[in-house]
Amino acid sequence: MAKRDIQEVNAGSMADIAFLLLIFFLMTTTMDTDKGLSRMLPPPITEEPKDQPPVKERNVFEVLINSRNLLLVENQYMDLRDLKEATKEFLQNPMNLSTLPEIEMMEVPYFNVYPVTKNAVISLQTDRGTQYQMYLNVQNELQAAITELRNEISMKQFNKRYDDLDKDQQEAVRMIYPQRISEAEPRSVGARKP
Amino acid sequence: MAKFRKKKSGGQQAINTASLPDIVFMLLFFFMVTTTMKEVSLKVLNRAPEATELTKLERKSLVTYIYVGVPLKQYQGRYGTNPRIQLNDAFATVDDIQSYIVQERESMKEQDRPLMTVSIKADHESPMGDITDIKQALRKAQALRINYSARQVEKLKY
Repeated sequence: MAKRDIQEVNAGSMADIAFLLLIFFLMTTTMDTDKGLSRMLPPPITEEPKDQPPVKERNVFEVLINSRNLLLVENQYMDLRDLKEATKEFLQNPMNLSTLPEIEMMEVPYFNVYPVTKNAVISLQTDRGTQYQMYLNVQNELQAAITELRNEISMKQFNKRYDDLDKDQQEAVRMIYPQRISEAEPRSVGARKP
Repeated sequence: MAKFRKKKSGGQQAINTASLPDIVFMLLFFFMVTTTMKEVSLKVLNRAPEATELTKLERKSLVTYIYVGVPLKQYQGRYGTNPRIQLNDAFATVDDIQSYIVQERESMKEQDRPLMTVSIKADHESPMGDITDIKQALRKAQALRINYSARQVEKLKY
């Protein structure tokens, strides 16, 4: 019997097959990288703590959002666009006012002794009917205020942006401007019943 | 005797397409590597809220998703038009979150468990009441790292 030649596989349709697969992956792919505002939730309370040290009123920056998405900051109506500046002023207390949080001289690495509003807390409270977008707007503005403050002192001290600092430096900056946003335990006052 | 054939002049020369499969395969591999299949089919209307100060979620394997929104048209007959929670592929209630988180945590590697992040993907019109309920459930489940998923924009609409 004659030896048969090994037939070559026709590769002409290879490109077509590859194109088909390519188009499939092109269609199903989602290139979006997930982004968002990162937060830490407080751990669950097992029982009501009895002897909590009282928080001084001046150290608390009270932000309320009602069900009509209106903003009440320190008992005053405020527009969202003013929130960032107000937050920055609160966290810095540049004039050492008695209505804003108390300033303590704290020893911070890289900064020697630096005036810090150590006990300042931002308290955020929402209504059940508040729109999610409004809540995120407020969270976003608070975050923006903290980020701006951090960048400002990073530029002054290290001549770099906060994100470009190394780990120790970032920690030092975080000591001066911590991200202390506390969310009050939910209250269902004025809630829309489902 | 050697013959010299006169080179044909004129006429369009065909482009050599022998390397076309290679190029296509290269593209194909690029997309195969970068692609992430959609994990779930959304059953709720999910229009991401907007924000500017965003951080990237680094490792997808650490992230668990919770979707919140109004059920899509085809599900409204059964599930109504109030905002609902979707876990994986099914509608759920707030009470299901805790067991869902536990289950997701179990499926993670031991050393990754403390780094577990829950991404809340809520529609921008959802009421905060639902979000607060979810947050309370997450606190109970000890899933404290959360992320409010949002879309990056240049400037907020005031």
